[in-house]
Amino acid sequence: MKIYRPAMSDRRSVKGLLNGTMRLGEKAKAQKDDITLLLINSADVVLFMMRVAKETFSRDFEFKEFFRQCFQIGYKTLPLITVTGAIIGLVLTIQTRPVLADFGAESLLPGMVAVSIIREMGPVITALICAGKVGSGMGAELGSMKVTEQIEAMEVSATHPIRFLVVPRVLAATLMIPILVLYADALGILGSWAGVNIKGSVSFVLFFYQAFSVVDFLDFIPALIKTFFFGAVIGFVGCYKGYNAGRGTESVGVAANSAVVVASLLVIITDMIAVQITDML
Amino acid sequence: MYRGFEETRGKESAESVVVIENLKKSFGNEVVLSNVSLKLFQGENLVVLGKSGSGKSVLIKCIVRLLAFDEGKINVLGYNIGELNNTDLGELRKKVGFLFQSGALYDSMTVRQNLEFPLLRIRKELNRKEVDDKILEALENVGLADALEKMPSQLSGGMRKRISLARTIVVDPSIMLYDEPTTGLDPVTSQEISVLINEVQKKYKTSSIIITHDIECARKTATRIVMLQDGAIYKEGSLTDFEKSDDALIKAFFMQSGT
Ligand SMILES: Nc1ncnc2c1ncn2[C@@H]1O[C@H](COP(=O)(O)OP(=O)(O)OP(=O)(O)O)[C@@H](O)[C@H]1O
Ligand SMILES: [Mg+2]
Repeated sequence: MKIYRPAMSDRRSVKGLLNGTMRLGEKAKAQKDDITLLLINSADVVLFMMRVAKETFSRDFEFKEFFRQCFQIGYKTLPLITVTGAIIGLVLTIQTRPVLADFGAESLLPGMVAVSIIREMGPVITALICAGKVGSGMGAELGSMKVTEQIEAMEVSATHPIRFLVVPRVLAATLMIPILVLYADALGILGSWAGVNIKGSVSFVLFFYQAFSVVDFLDFIPALIKTFFFGAVIGFVGCYKGYNAGRGTESVGVAANSAVVVASLLVIITDMIAVQITDML
Repeated sequence: MYRGFEETRGKESAESVVVIENLKKSFGNEVVLSNVSLKLFQGENLVVLGKSGSGKSVLIKCIVRLLAFDEGKINVLGYNIGELNNTDLGELRKKVGFLFQSGALYDSMTVRQNLEFPLLRIRKELNRKEVDDKILEALENVGLADALEKMPSQLSGGMRKRISLARTIVVDPSIMLYDEPTTGLDPVTSQEISVLINEVQKKYKTSSIIITHDIECARKTATRIVMLQDGAIYKEGSLTDFEKSDDALIKAFFMQSGT
């Protein structure tokens, strides 16, 4: 057997090492060696992250593409978020009321619902919806660009496809998803107010006052910070899956599908880590 | 370090713009190119023939390092492709036009934006008017000036191919790599494309590698032909060498349109 030798350009660098690992991967795939494959894939992800990070701070930032993506992500998911946000608030209120009523603590209802929406429901549900909508969209779009050689066409047009395609998407997701979460929170609270008003009537001002006497700054900030990570995760996974799609047409579907699965899973895991960290503070 | 273009100009590379030596490329255990050596001379049209799956597309992708090759050496305009850093690779790619087999039009952009994309990035010195003029000229060359504001999804397969050819020639590259420029086109349009390839070559003194199955296109454009088979160059020669050949494989290629 021949010993693996990295190409000249690959020697002497972390990137070279990772590139080397990647090429070993082709052999591993042929032999279906699980552990090697896992290592290869991890190396691949790290390599991709490094490239994205490098291109993020490069001189020619693609502003136009960035704004286009912000619009795509923000505007196109808005109806979906509006409906879910309001319904979550409404349902949560209706479900919680009997429990609180048993303790005669119905006045706590707005506060409790607000806390659970702001801390958990708003961020996680919005992120999961975006993982489905935005993540799969990116996976499919970049995947089909890969399959039809458009990404290669960009490379030969003196444009770094990671800079032009991936960086704006990841940044746009990182920025827009927190905004969507804030919007979902607001609608959730409105929905909750509607829920309270199904039985009895409470003025919005009173409801608002009751809600925000319970919610404080410390509920808000960590919940907001984690949404930036959700956004980054969704953008990154969507782009990674699309950018690394296979060669046939069916790999577009595979890319979109696994983008959703992996992004959703990572959102939940990120949430768990974020909660652990907040808990320690 | 690569050797700059100026440095090698007086030497043998001034004659040959692309030199490939003992190129080897495999995907996993599948060897696609086992040993390819090839030269492209200044100003010529080199036609590459070969069966489907013989690695023709892989070969020209290696030339601009869209695919990393395993062994061997590729020298383009004095740049050593295997050892180029990214900046120099970018510079080199600006001088090489690449027509993709699938066309590879950006489907989120209009035809105009598709042509603008390379033009604005490669020819930064041009002003707005010059850009518009060049776009129009390129589209007129492929006979599709009225498609300017269309989306690729509104075009037929052949039209897409022609737009993509326009996108390749719009930046006036000094080396052109055509991956099946006439496949899927009607005889009349293929003929026009062949003529266009010759015009581009004469006008801009480009050197081209043309991959094709279309013998008529090969007849029209070729200054020299090579045939790829089993990962290596099977035969090299002029059009008449090929047409006179008794080799069964070559005959099979030239039989399709007997003249
Ligand atoms: N990125 C890739 N990964 C794995 N295998 C590849 C890749 N690109 C090409 N191949 C394989 O290399 C071989 C040659 O492919 P190539 O596209 O160069 O053929 P071709 O000569 O251009 O054929 P055609 O005339 O049909 O276009 C094929 O077997 C193909 O499966
Ligand atoms: Mg091909």
